[in-house]
Amino acid sequence: MGSQPGPANGQMRFFNPGEAAFVRAAVARLIPSDELPGAIEAGVDQFIDIQLGGAWGAGERLFRGGPWHPGSPSQGYQLPFTPAELFRNALRAIASDVELKGKGPFEHWHAKDQDAYLTELQKGTRDLGGVPSNVFFESLWGLTVEGFLCDPVYGGNRGMVSWKMIGFPGAYANYYHLIDQHGIAFTRAPMSLADNGRGEVMLHPDIPAQPMAKGQ
Amino acid sequence: MATTLPATDVVLVGVGLVGTMMGRELTRAGLKVVGLERGQPQFTVPDFQGPRMHDELRYSIRKALMQDNTREPITFRNRSSETALPIRRWESFLPGTGLGGAAVHWNGQTYRFQESDFRMRTLTEQRYGKKFMDADLQVQDWGVTAAEMEKHYDRFEYLLGVSGKAGNIGGRKVAGGNPFEDPRAREYPTPPMKEPYGSAMFRKAAASLGYHPFPQPSANLSQNYRNPEGMELRTCMFCGFCERYGCEHYAKASPQTVLLPVLMNDQRFTLRTGAQVLRINLSPDKKHATGVTYVDAAGSEFVQPASLVILGSFALNNVRMLLLSGIGTPYDPQSGKGTVGRNYAYQTTSAVQIFYNEKININPFMRSGASGTVIADFVSDNFDHGPHKFVGGAYVGEVMSHGRPIEFHPTPPGTPAWGAGWKHAVARYYNHAIALNIHGSSMAARQNYLDLDPTYKDAWGQPVLRMTFDFPDNDIRMSKYLTERTMAIARAMGGEQVVPGARQRPYTVTQYQTTHTTGGTVMGSDPSNSVVNPFLQSWNVPNLFVIGASNFPQNASYNPTDTVGALAYRASEAIVERYLKNAGPLVAT
Ligand SMILES: Cc1cc2nc3c(=O)[nH]c(=O)nc-3n(C[C@H](O)[C@H](O)[C@H](O)COP(=O)(O)OP(=O)(O)OC[C@H]3O[C@@H](n4cnc5c(N)ncnc54)[C@H](O)[C@@H]3O)c2cc1C
Repeated sequence: MGSQPGPANGQMRFFNPGEAAFVRAAVARLIPSDELPGAIEAGVDQFIDIQLGGAWGAGERLFRGGPWHPGSPSQGYQLPFTPAELFRNALRAIASDVELKGKGPFEHWHAKDQDAYLTELQKGTRDLGGVPSNVFFESLWGLTVEGFLCDPVYGGNRGMVSWKMIGFPGAYANYYHLIDQHGIAFTRAPMSLADNGRGEVMLHPDIPAQPMAKGQ
Repeated sequence: MATTLPATDVVLVGVGLVGTMMGRELTRAGLKVVGLERGQPQFTVPDFQGPRMHDELRYSIRKALMQDNTREPITFRNRSSETALPIRRWESFLPGTGLGGAAVHWNGQTYRFQESDFRMRTLTEQRYGKKFMDADLQVQDWGVTAAEMEKHYDRFEYLLGVSGKAGNIGGRKVAGGNPFEDPRAREYPTPPMKEPYGSAMFRKAAASLGYHPFPQPSANLSQNYRNPEGMELRTCMFCGFCERYGCEHYAKASPQTVLLPVLMNDQRFTLRTGAQVLRINLSPDKKHATGVTYVDAAGSEFVQPASLVILGSFALNNVRMLLLSGIGTPYDPQSGKGTVGRNYAYQTTSAVQIFYNEKININPFMRSGASGTVIADFVSDNFDHGPHKFVGGAYVGEVMSHGRPIEFHPTPPGTPAWGAGWKHAVARYYNHAIALNIHGSSMAARQNYLDLDPTYKDAWGQPVLRMTFDFPDNDIRMSKYLTERTMAIARAMGGEQVVPGARQRPYTVTQYQTTHTTGGTVMGSDPSNSVVNPFLQSWNVPNLFVIGASNFPQNASYNPTDTVGALAYRASEAIVERYLKNAGPLVAT
């Protein structure tokens, strides 16, 4: 399947134009486009923008109480930053870093130089506004993978490009009659949460939807 | 100021699996029962319906159905010399919340433990001598036998409708089942599920090496089933959205599908959701529970007096509730004294991956939470441990439960971590890879325990639970041996490449392993090393029963829930037949 034309990016909610340009260029290297679709066709940069501008960015499901200590790797993430704060701080530090290098904006660099810079972030622990660069890289990579492989209702995986690429059929799923046809090539086009063509709702006739307690 | 409510016969702390079962048994016995559940009410319709339910980002990655860790976190450290820090995002294990508890979003792998698990210390010493076990292990007997457990397992499995194949009915071996199981009274309620491709390959390879493959017992059903409570379950569709999801099809046994509607129809039962229990209240001499204090969702505090308290709030929460309520003596790893929080254990899992050529379509997305084929040849004491110098074991099998792509996109070693190479490997291998699962036991060790954190508080201002855990040497040796044995099976499965992944130290909370957290309110016949007696009654407070995997003295190779359910039925029988007639200790001290 050929790569689809790059999306005309809508207005970003979270990233300022400089941040947006860096993130777009970075994810284009993390999952590049070639004969198979990459992060740009999938809309990964916009997915990340939506996530950071919403509840996830604000620290949804992240325990934020102090005190804070660096901890050991087995204790997991221990920084006080929400994802939005983490990106903002790291991207600010990266912007001045890029400027100091005097090679123009990151998005105009050669792919080879961009990869080398991303590798440096990935492997190093340099301080980016309080965020070790490897932690920033892991966050960026985590969101990139999510944006590439998630259901398109979230703004990533546009046109289900990644699901078509790997052969994942998506949200609609009933394989009772296929499970014992071992090794069959499953070719049905994937389906998203959003494109309910079948209007199927499994309703059980004998059980009330919301049983109410009869006591008091 | 707390409002004191009218007294009730029984209060349930938590309305998950255990709470629902106990509520049913005790209302059936004529008692008035109030169920307090901290989370939301939720039902198959409308809450678990597709397509909304088939949302990997929301349910698997963002963990929408799990305990709210921003209000109730747990702190963790590998050893007591470290400072425990909050688990700021759930990953390693996923405590549930809401009506039905974790049994809404479990996988349904439903196994019985063995006699060699229940009497582990005695039988290990008999077979291998008193000095065989590592000095740090605190393995002990449960105070029950497999024979005593049988009828309760049987009843629980018939409640769920478990799909499987018996291997031993009344002492007679049955072909196709698990030959190592202890005798069961009768066949499983429903036949095994259909066997997926990878599982079939595993079956062939394992059998060719002389092992004894059998279908994984599954609480996702192979056919429609009406349970003894009159609840109708449906056939599993292999949708691949099971663990971490509610089931839209009425095919996964959960409190909602097997029992809750019956309980909720009973006049004697009152459910209050959004009810966060803060503590169990005690009489001044601390020998009698007077009820519980809870805060409702709008922030008002209530006292619910009750004659009998059932604590079924999930293993980790059970331990914390006793500590918050000042019931029993907290365990001290230095002196070895105290019992609450002692013998915390987990599950020692590892995996072996097999990568195939592009002609072999595995179709990993066509799965159920509990479909697959396993062997029990290395479970518990089913093999001679003498030469290996460890205790415990693992079941091994092809039990992949889904192909959801954010979580599942295997790549062979040498694949770049990102970039074009990564993407091409994901595209190449997504449909052409298998993982074999090694689901191993976890031995209780002196240094691993649960207590209250001295620093971090929950949203109600109470200390959070602190976990101190790393895999004992014994379990690392077990994992290494079992992973090597599994490699041999994997090599016989016709792939291009086989990749081992034995469990390493340190234990990390950043990677999902299982939600099989066990121990801390251990059962046993000796009050000096257990919190509850063999009927799960508190040694200290006889009108309190503590029920869940927190009762396990150490964790066995198999998943816990069949044993949790059987223990709950066993406790309910003791309450109804003995305790209600003569309220007092069921076992003399
Ligand atoms: C992702 C996942 C997969 C699993 N897969 C399997 C499997 O395949 N096989 C298997 O054997 N087991 C599996 N399990 C484990 C299984 O879910 C549990 O063993 C089972 O649910 C335990 O039942 P319980 O009643 O002890 O706890 P739960 O079912 O979790 O119920 C406890 C209830 O208590 C409530 N509660 C807690 N604290 C309070 C409080 N202070 N006040 C009021 N209410 C409170 C909770 O909200 C919850 O509803 C899995 C678990 C998870 C999370």
